[in-house]
Amino acid sequence: MNRYLALAFFILMSLTASAMAGQARSGYAYLTPEARELQDDDFGNPGLASVDEGRELFHRPGANGKACAACHGDQGEKLDSERIARYPVYSERLHKPITLREKIRQCRGDKQDGPALDYASQDAVALESFVRRLALGAPVAVDVSGPMAAHYEAGKKLFHTRWGQVDIACHQCHDYHAGKHFRGQILTQGQSNGMPVYRLATGEITGTHERISQCLMSLRAEPFAIGSPEYIDFEVYMNARGNGLKIETPAIRY
Amino acid sequence: MNRFSLFLVSMLTLTAGQRAAGDDAPGAAYFSWQVKNFAIEQPLGGLKGVAKRGMAVASDGHLGNCLACHQLPLSRDEVFGDLGPPLTGIASRQSVGAIRLHVVDQSYFNPETVMPGFHRRPEKLHRVAKAYRGRPFLSAQQIEDVVAWLATLK
Ligand code: HEC
Ligand code: HEC
Repeated sequence: MNRYLALAFFILMSLTASAMAGQARSGYAYLTPEARELQDDDFGNPGLASVDEGRELFHRPGANGKACAACHGDQGEKLDSERIARYPVYSERLHKPITLREKIRQCRGDKQDGPALDYASQDAVALESFVRRLALGAPVAVDVSGPMAAHYEAGKKLFHTRWGQVDIACHQCHDYHAGKHFRGQILTQGQSNGMPVYRLATGEITGTHERISQCLMSLRAEPFAIGSPEYIDFEVYMNARGNGLKIETPAIRY
Repeated sequence: MNRFSLFLVSMLTLTAGQRAAGDDAPGAAYFSWQVKNFAIEQPLGGLKGVAKRGMAVASDGHLGNCLACHQLPLSRDEVFGDLGPPLTGIASRQSVGAIRLHVVDQSYFNPETVMPGFHRRPEKLHRVAKAYRGRPFLSAQQIEDVVAWLATLK
């Protein structure tokens, strides 16, 4: 009897998983009306503080006297929202996927002669928020063909790995149980289209790598370093998993 | 601040020095177990559970945190999750041995379960944070306490 029960659970779970596969839902779908209103408020959204901070940094000259705005326009209007929505993209020169935050770091290093921007710094998150906000509403469109396929698969494997003392994998919560309650908390699919997000729980602007660290720590696992190859693969998979979802930066989330 | 974030934050602030209660008590180490017909008949380490302590383990956010996913007959004003089925009346549906296996390692019943493995072999766990390394989520004594409490839920 128990054996059949186990089998039944397994089949049910696999069905749920395959039903889910083609159907990405933004975390927005699970928000309360009040939280949605906050996100949609062009003045009241508390995440916009980070966007403003990013705008200021966008105008601050680098070591060679040039600010980002010198090349990309005063409000960043020369940046293409469709291109922003494609990150991470593959660099033929560096033979690896480049995230949006990494691209910003490269611009600071190569085109402005520094000073170097630490991947995990608040400045880097703020610049990422400002730039991604420019693509508000653009559908995420990561290309995982060619050399990106291996990184997508690596990220998928990480998302399906059991972590830490709690010994559960990301997909077990975020693929099977979205919409259910973990205590008072509504689980979402753990999508990245709102990143960087403003977390009501911490009052902090939080990027994809930081959020993965937080979930890993809740599983009592050792997080990886922000900007590490593991998190970059995670991001390739997670962004592509949400292909078609609209960019909501800075989204309001729990 | 909602409950999950409280849970998260409290986990983040746990340091190596502040380990979970009962850590040095007998039964903190991993005890191997054997499954027969989807049940573990023998108490882990031959320890005897105390139902009252088990209720505390089940509701403590740092320990079992069972209420995060299951509705439980607790009198307090608690918020329960619904990832798993309600456990009210579990002892009238399942044997004590089966309940023990559910708590120790639910993946026996469903390999894709979201329920944590509360007493899995620590060497099989992946990338455990330093503060938690080398021991299972719940000690053998805590497992027996929880099982003793669940056994009273008829
Ligand atoms: C025990 C359940 C659980 C597991 C396992 C888990 N998470 Fe989460 N995660 C949550 C909860 C609860 C939240 C907050 C509510 C939400 O946004 O879903 C969350 C939020 C997130 C978010 C934010 C989503 C958004 O819209 O901003 C991301 C991204 C995420 N998780 C990724 C991961 C990754 C990557 C892993 C594995 C390393 C993981 N999660 C493992 C429970 C879990
Ligand atoms: C993160 C979620 C989660 C947590 C925490 C959790 N469980 Fe579960 N539990 C589940 C799910 C989901 C099931 C249903 C079957 C499945 O999918 O594995 C389950 C099934 C069970 C069952 C079998 C119920 C039945 O009717 O067959 C028992 C007993 C049980 N859990 C006890 C506990 C106890 C005791 C704790 C705490 C020490 C606990 N669970 C913590 C998610 C959880």
